[in-house]
Amino acid sequence: MTDRNGIVRSRLHAGDVLRTATVGLRTRKMRAALSALGITIGIASLVAVLGLSDSSRSDLLTQLDRLGTNLLVVQAGTGIGLGNAELPDTAAVMVERIGPVEDVAAVGSVDANVYRSDLVPSTRSGGISVSAVDTNLLDTLEGTVAEGRFLDEASAAYPTVVLGSIAAERLGIATIADGQLVWLGDQWFAVIGILDPLELAGSLDRSAIVGAGAAEDYLGFDGVASSLYVRTHPDWVDGVMGVLPATVNPENPDQVEVSRPTDALEARAAAESAFTALFLGLGVVALIVGGVGIANVMVISVLERRSEIGLRRALGATRRHVALQFLLEALMLALAGGLGGVLLGVGVTAGYSALRGWDVLIPTVAWTGGLAAALVIGAVAGLYPAMRAARLSPTEALRTT
Amino acid sequence: MTAPEAVLDLRGVTKEYPGTPPVRALRGIDLTIRSGELVGVVGPSGSGKSTLLHVMGTLDRPTAGDVHVAGYDISRLSDRDLSAVRARNIGFVFQQFHLLDGYTALDNVADGLLYTGMSAADRRDLAADTLGRVGLAHRVTHATSKLSGGERQRVAVARAVLGRPAIVLADEPTGNLDSTSSDAIVELLEELNAEGITLVVITHNPEIAARFPRQVSLLDGLVESDSAAAGVGR
Repeated sequence: MTDRNGIVRSRLHAGDVLRTATVGLRTRKMRAALSALGITIGIASLVAVLGLSDSSRSDLLTQLDRLGTNLLVVQAGTGIGLGNAELPDTAAVMVERIGPVEDVAAVGSVDANVYRSDLVPSTRSGGISVSAVDTNLLDTLEGTVAEGRFLDEASAAYPTVVLGSIAAERLGIATIADGQLVWLGDQWFAVIGILDPLELAGSLDRSAIVGAGAAEDYLGFDGVASSLYVRTHPDWVDGVMGVLPATVNPENPDQVEVSRPTDALEARAAAESAFTALFLGLGVVALIVGGVGIANVMVISVLERRSEIGLRRALGATRRHVALQFLLEALMLALAGGLGGVLLGVGVTAGYSALRGWDVLIPTVAWTGGLAAALVIGAVAGLYPAMRAARLSPTEALRTT
Repeated sequence: MTAPEAVLDLRGVTKEYPGTPPVRALRGIDLTIRSGELVGVVGPSGSGKSTLLHVMGTLDRPTAGDVHVAGYDISRLSDRDLSAVRARNIGFVFQQFHLLDGYTALDNVADGLLYTGMSAADRRDLAADTLGRVGLAHRVTHATSKLSGGERQRVAVARAVLGRPAIVLADEPTGNLDSTSSDAIVELLEELNAEGITLVVITHNPEIAARFPRQVSLLDGLVESDSAAAGVGR
């Protein structure tokens, strides 16, 4: 390429551009490594924070997915002046008539205590409540049995009991072998099953669960439900939530509380993202400090390498060639730091996730964004030193110091 | 007789550095260097030798006067154009060698044409030949930091003459060398001149300058004497 004066312009091949830009890195390896370290730490924290929060959130979401967000709980309101309100007798039947409702299970509370044996003093009830339930409860909650089986039509009519996970632990019952009995409301009940923890109905974990029929026959249960577990069609959750109070208690719909247990898990996910934002902020600060470190090292490097700059100008380098050399050097420092940071961040995420039993999930935006951020920081950090190097006049650069 | 083409022509060149009072490093230099010449520019320190070299090498612009290098009027050229002129037409040899330590002799010499757009492979081929020419064929793959002073300056000379530029400017090329290495470098410069390279050697040492066919003596920013002044007509 020639200009109007017929002069063939100075040219630098792409390969040579890279080679000149790595002169400083290769001749001062330790300094290069240390100055890239700041960026490494910043990027590593960004990647790890994003990776860990995504991994833990995905764990929560898997949990939500498994449990389903279409379970609703209907409870009698416990507002001022309501006393221990109860749901009307007809509640369960009415709820079943709502079209999108797939399953309804009623739970009533029984005024009784449960003990390991009849010799335990009655004051040591262990905080275990007794619940009278429909036999479809476990399916509605998508709960599982740890040991034995759940109540069925037959066993629900007889003095048999299924223990919630915490209730079983407090009673000291780990197995149902050998015809395990418990002393429940002044009579022996046979333990036929122990449940796994119920993630959507934690209160039942602390319950001894008996069939509604048995509760009425042996424990004086009045047959009135205190809460209903309602499984709806997933597309109609909000609609069902809206009509539930009036359906359950047409006279006083405001005395009915409808909630969705998975909301709590979703709130947990949201709370974790608030912390994520905080840690991301810290990562950005580390990144900026790393950038300042690179700028600092580059400014020093330009001062130290004045004679090299002078030589290159004498060999025919333009100001642009010199600027490009130093800018690229800063970019490569930052990029090296960024790559190291991504590896470190992925390593930390993988390690911690393995520890917690989560699936490792590194969002694409974490590592692409991390590398992009490193490049931007490198460009900004390299710009001023590169301009200084380019502005240096050849004679000034060659002057002996 | 027709004189060879002028590769460097200075007319009424002055150079002032700002200050109080301003420093007048060059006070009106007229000098013509023709193709094939070997010129020693001699003068005590402060006589303006280094400034003259910078102006001749287009590293600096004169305050006043005309400078033509390889046919280009440098006052009409941009900084970018001057870089291009240096890349192809001017070779430099410095007192401090200015080699990139950590690189091999071959790479240092090949860098002589780094900014011309010549491919790396061609540059290296040419550099290997040129290193052989300056007597360093056995040092091609050595890092320059491992070479002796005389060898380092040979590498620098090889780098300067790599593309056979119109003119090679040497600034105190023997200033950092012992007398044996110094003699060897002067001999090398004489040999290269015999092969057609145009050379200007700046030195404060009159003995070295005296060995060259033409001597220009500087004093206080002016040409005090020029052995060729009478000889070459215009």
